[in-house]
Amino acid sequence: MNPVAVTIFVALFAFVTLLGFGAARWRRGDLTHLHEWGLGGRRFGTLVTWFLLGGDLYTAYTFVAVPALMFGAGAVGFFAVPYTVLVYPILFAVFPKLWAVAHEKGYVTAADVVRGRFDSRMLALAVAVTGIVATMPYIALQLVGMEVVIAGLGIPMTMTVGGVAVPDAPLLIAFVVLAAYTYNSGLRAPAMIAVVKDALLYVTVLVAVIVIPAELGGYAKIFASVDAKSLLLTPSTPGNLGAPSAYATLALGSALALLLYPHSVTGLLSASSVKAVKRNAVILPAYSFALGLIALLGFMAVAAGVKALPEFASGFKQFGNTFAVPALFLHAFPAWFVGIAFAAIAIGALVPAAIMSIACANLFTRNIYKEFIAPNASHKAESQVAKIVSLVVKLGALFFIIELPTQYAIQLQLLGGIWIIQTLPAVFLGLYLKRLDPTALLIGWACGIGAGTWMAAQSAFKTSTYALHVFGLTVPCYAALSSLVLNLAVALALSLVLGSKRQATHSAG
Amino acid sequence: MNEPAPKRGPRLSWLLLLLPFAAMLFVPFYNRVEPAFLGIPFFYWYQLLWIPLGALVLLPAYLGDRR
Repeated sequence: MNPVAVTIFVALFAFVTLLGFGAARWRRGDLTHLHEWGLGGRRFGTLVTWFLLGGDLYTAYTFVAVPALMFGAGAVGFFAVPYTVLVYPILFAVFPKLWAVAHEKGYVTAADVVRGRFDSRMLALAVAVTGIVATMPYIALQLVGMEVVIAGLGIPMTMTVGGVAVPDAPLLIAFVVLAAYTYNSGLRAPAMIAVVKDALLYVTVLVAVIVIPAELGGYAKIFASVDAKSLLLTPSTPGNLGAPSAYATLALGSALALLLYPHSVTGLLSASSVKAVKRNAVILPAYSFALGLIALLGFMAVAAGVKALPEFASGFKQFGNTFAVPALFLHAFPAWFVGIAFAAIAIGALVPAAIMSIACANLFTRNIYKEFIAPNASHKAESQVAKIVSLVVKLGALFFIIELPTQYAIQLQLLGGIWIIQTLPAVFLGLYLKRLDPTALLIGWACGIGAGTWMAAQSAFKTSTYALHVFGLTVPCYAALSSLVLNLAVALALSLVLGSKRQATHSAG
Repeated sequence: MNEPAPKRGPRLSWLLLLLPFAAMLFVPFYNRVEPAFLGIPFFYWYQLLWIPLGALVLLPAYLGDRR
């Protein structure tokens, strides 16, 4: 345990905790209204939205997992770059419209939009439940990012409090603090903390991509140390489109799925204007660039040979390749800067975890509690339920990560991407196509979920790509994308059939 | 040729939004080492370059509908 690194880490953590509680007073609003607690009163301008979404979409887990994949598997891990390139044209095309509809009608969630557009409680319920279920494991994974850096600092995971040994004590403390200020301040807390987190993150990335390559002898040397097989994707062969096909479909599918996650929708709906949303589509790629550079840290870890160093053996044993970036930082940076870099990752886990739990709470409150349990709930009751649900969701994630193997959370998150993309026809296409039928959309959704889950099950949930066989050609494809195509085909075809039937009954009656 | 110019402007600028998809989804085009730049293989710098380019192609559509 290095006292300098730990002191800086703990001090930064304490600082953002104070910010989190203080945030309740920022752009003060009546926090007993759900849109105040759960959307920050829709008062965030371009810059705050930029920080909030940057902290929200580019999670700590991404920042640890992407270089870990590069470290372990090579070029495949770089799919995060085309993925984030494709997010913004989609965001630019869809979200200004979604924001305008939500703003006009006072909607808080994507399921609200679907409920209003199709007047179907069941379709809205399907969208809400899919969102909640897909997000829960994602919250759990944020804890993994935090766990790795806490272990990297050498802070003991089991602490003795009053003679009783408490396992995972640092994680528990971090999460209790997070839960308390989210409850207290709502979306204002992560928005304010995101500013600090992003400042720390950009500093860390800038220093890392300048200092580490200089220590290792330049970029050419770094790439030369990666073995030739991992440096590029394995090319396709005449009968098999191979790795490039998996890479492209992963990028496109992930980009579509990301924007459907409740935490993306919550972040974007909290913007104060359409202009703020559009401007963010143009300026958010700055984070993609940071992510691209962070991905390259995986190769720097290869070049530095951290895996062979005895001081990191226990870290790699416990966390596998996820430990690559923390090990690289410990190897390359002085202790005080390790404290800053690790704080950036840990605080980077708090922001999305808070927004995700708020987004789940909004969905539960609006589309399950108010819709099915207490239709006459007051604003105050609504906001109170949301606060409590945000606590329950986080406790669930904590339990998950402490009690179950991390592998489960990773597999569930992988399935989460396949599930959430199935809400695309209802949420996005519903904005543009008039003839869509809610029953058809619900059946399409069910087909997509079923087929996508089945495809992932074929690899025992180890990978999300599934090889399709089309006229003798093998096409490895991200299961989210192929199941979405099925979903769309079913939803559009049935909409035509049901739509014309409905028109016929209309003119007859 | 009497078509008013403003009507065509926004549409063309929206077509630009498709460029990143073409650039990113045809993977065999960039799955190569040469031409390397400062020791960085083409595969990596090409994709990194598309991050700012992806933001640039949004600009005409953004400016076009600001009215």
